[in-house]
Amino acid sequence: MDDHKKPSVWKRMTQNHLFLPIVCLLVVLLINVIKTPGFFQISIRNGALYGSMIDIINRSSELVILAVGMTLVTASSGGQDISVGAIMAVSAAVCCQILSGGQVSTNTFRNPLFLAILAALAASLLCGAFNGFLVAKLNIQPMVATLILFTAGRGIAQLVTQGQITYVRVGTFQAMGDHIGSCPIPTPIFFAAGAVLIAYLILNKTALGMYIESVGINGSASRIVGLNSTMIKFLTYVICGLLAGVAGIVASSRIYSADANNIGLNLEMDAILAVALGGNYLGGGKFSLMGSVIGAFTIQTLTTTLYAMDVPGDQLPVYKAIVVIIIVTLQSPVFEKFMDTKKHRRKLAAEGRASV
Amino acid sequence: MKQTHQKKSFNSTAFLLMITIGLFAAMYIIGMIVYADKGFAKPQMFLNLLISNASLIVISCGLTLVMITGGIDISVGSVVALVCMVMADLMENKNVSPYIAVMVALLIGLAFGVVQGFLISYLKIQPFIVTLAGMFFGRGMTAVVSTNMISIKNSVFQSWAKFRIYMPFGSYSGKGKFHPAYIYPTVIIAVVVLVFIIVMLKYSKFGRSLYAIGGNHQSALMMGLNVTRTTFRAYVLDGLLAGLGGFLFCLNSCAGFVEQAKGLEMDAISASVIGGTLLTGGVGTPIGTFFGVLIKGTISSLITTQGTLSSWWVRITLSLLLCFFIVLQSIFASIKKKKVS
Repeated sequence: MDDHKKPSVWKRMTQNHLFLPIVCLLVVLLINVIKTPGFFQISIRNGALYGSMIDIINRSSELVILAVGMTLVTASSGGQDISVGAIMAVSAAVCCQILSGGQVSTNTFRNPLFLAILAALAASLLCGAFNGFLVAKLNIQPMVATLILFTAGRGIAQLVTQGQITYVRVGTFQAMGDHIGSCPIPTPIFFAAGAVLIAYLILNKTALGMYIESVGINGSASRIVGLNSTMIKFLTYVICGLLAGVAGIVASSRIYSADANNIGLNLEMDAILAVALGGNYLGGGKFSLMGSVIGAFTIQTLTTTLYAMDVPGDQLPVYKAIVVIIIVTLQSPVFEKFMDTKKHRRKLAAEGRASV
Repeated sequence: MKQTHQKKSFNSTAFLLMITIGLFAAMYIIGMIVYADKGFAKPQMFLNLLISNASLIVISCGLTLVMITGGIDISVGSVVALVCMVMADLMENKNVSPYIAVMVALLIGLAFGVVQGFLISYLKIQPFIVTLAGMFFGRGMTAVVSTNMISIKNSVFQSWAKFRIYMPFGSYSGKGKFHPAYIYPTVIIAVVVLVFIIVMLKYSKFGRSLYAIGGNHQSALMMGLNVTRTTFRAYVLDGLLAGLGGFLFCLNSCAGFVEQAKGLEMDAISASVIGGTLLTGGVGTPIGTFFGVLIKGTISSLITTQGTLSSWWVRITLSLLLCFFIVLQSIFASIKKKKVS
């Protein structure tokens, strides 16, 4: 009896779509615990939480925000937005340039913070709408449509900051990337949590999440059913752009400057990776927001771990690449089929022995 | 009925190609008129365009092949960086003969092609994600070889890089002295590759299969084409050409460093797209890609000759052009769709 029940629990666990992502994260965390005994220790220094875990969660904030947008885009269009890093740079440039009033460096706000953030978000919204228009309305492959902003984005950001790095050395601005007042939790975590929570509520409390999946699975069928699939695809790109804008503001506030060449550099690839690691099929359709968030944490943990192991930053991509290949190979339909036939054969063999 | 439809689709391809060539001609002529005093009109200027873009021509040709099948390869930039770094490391730090270094370069490209091609065609993993991993891997491995910049001082290699082939034509300097125009061997290799790819796509079974696969995957299967093997071979060839392109790039730069050739894959993709290669597959010519590369080269030399514009204008203009061509393609595609239905 017991023997009969055991595999079903195991099966239910392994068949959960979050199983593989969580296992990945646990494996990476386990390596950390072995390497550094005090890995999970959290202490309070100068009134702020301090520890490896806090650091990882804090540093992954931008990635989590981007991953939410990337998940939606992937689900609705079966393609990825590779311009998010560039959009971050644009949003950061607009934000800092308005705050500094065109100066290279400033110690006081030349314009209200509220206005700057609004303008930055508007700029990123515009970028997202541009991508969305190309993908949804003109039916252009997402990767290529977003290639335009990927190449032009940093150029536009340079144009906004006139080719310089704009510094904004004001406490209120820096607080967005650091701590607000005496709050012990780093502010970026709030931004990330907020983005995830809002997205989660909208997707699960309204029908939007289902619509997005339906459009991703079969656009024309959804249209026949009465969904405006063009509009829904467009919307996901706008949301993705907007979230990239938020990530850009957080990233610029962390370094209290707008560095058009380096803000969000290679982050688009990490965001796509997070979506893939989260167990989402990159060809669109069903998606799991939480999977992507877990994927983002896994990537950040991996990065932090490798840094802690004294791996130079330039060499990190090698490990990331190996992880990606392993994950996508495990997810590939051919591999799954291969495993299924193997299982089937084993089952047949077992039954054969039982009958004998 | 069938024939007229075929004619129509041919026309839109030819039309796109004509726009590309026309655009290049227009840009170049404007450059010749406006910057005549800065030497834009000299024949050497055009040859310089070929010299500095020889590797990009080879790489873009390979990319055009996989794009015709409906795939993509974004790893080529880091393959170039890896090839340059490994060649530099072998020759400078390990005293390996440059002939062997070239072999290693081609092998690296081939290895990338084989592994990526296997994952894409046999395991059916999305090309974008596989080559994204390839891009990560190549760039990372470059740093594993060395994080410093290695410049190549090997005398044999230097003699290859500096070997000038003079042309029967040229220009006269202010004092009436004749300067024959010249090219480097890299240009000849690039042209040979270009011609080879054009002939292969047009006349070989493999070439026609590529178009068939990109045009309609399902019907290619039903026609009895070995889609998996053909796709695999396309990626292998693409990887090999990326390796060769890396070698040409190395001849041009004579150095290896981590940040080298960053964004080259995007340049190659834009060159293909501007040259009329459809991203959905099935349509594209290496000739178009060649002119796409030339357009990109002309934009950068126009902007550098102008002198006061910043380097990022190259990227912005290029993406505007890319946008223009993509929109144009989508309009053609929708017209074609309407006609079919």
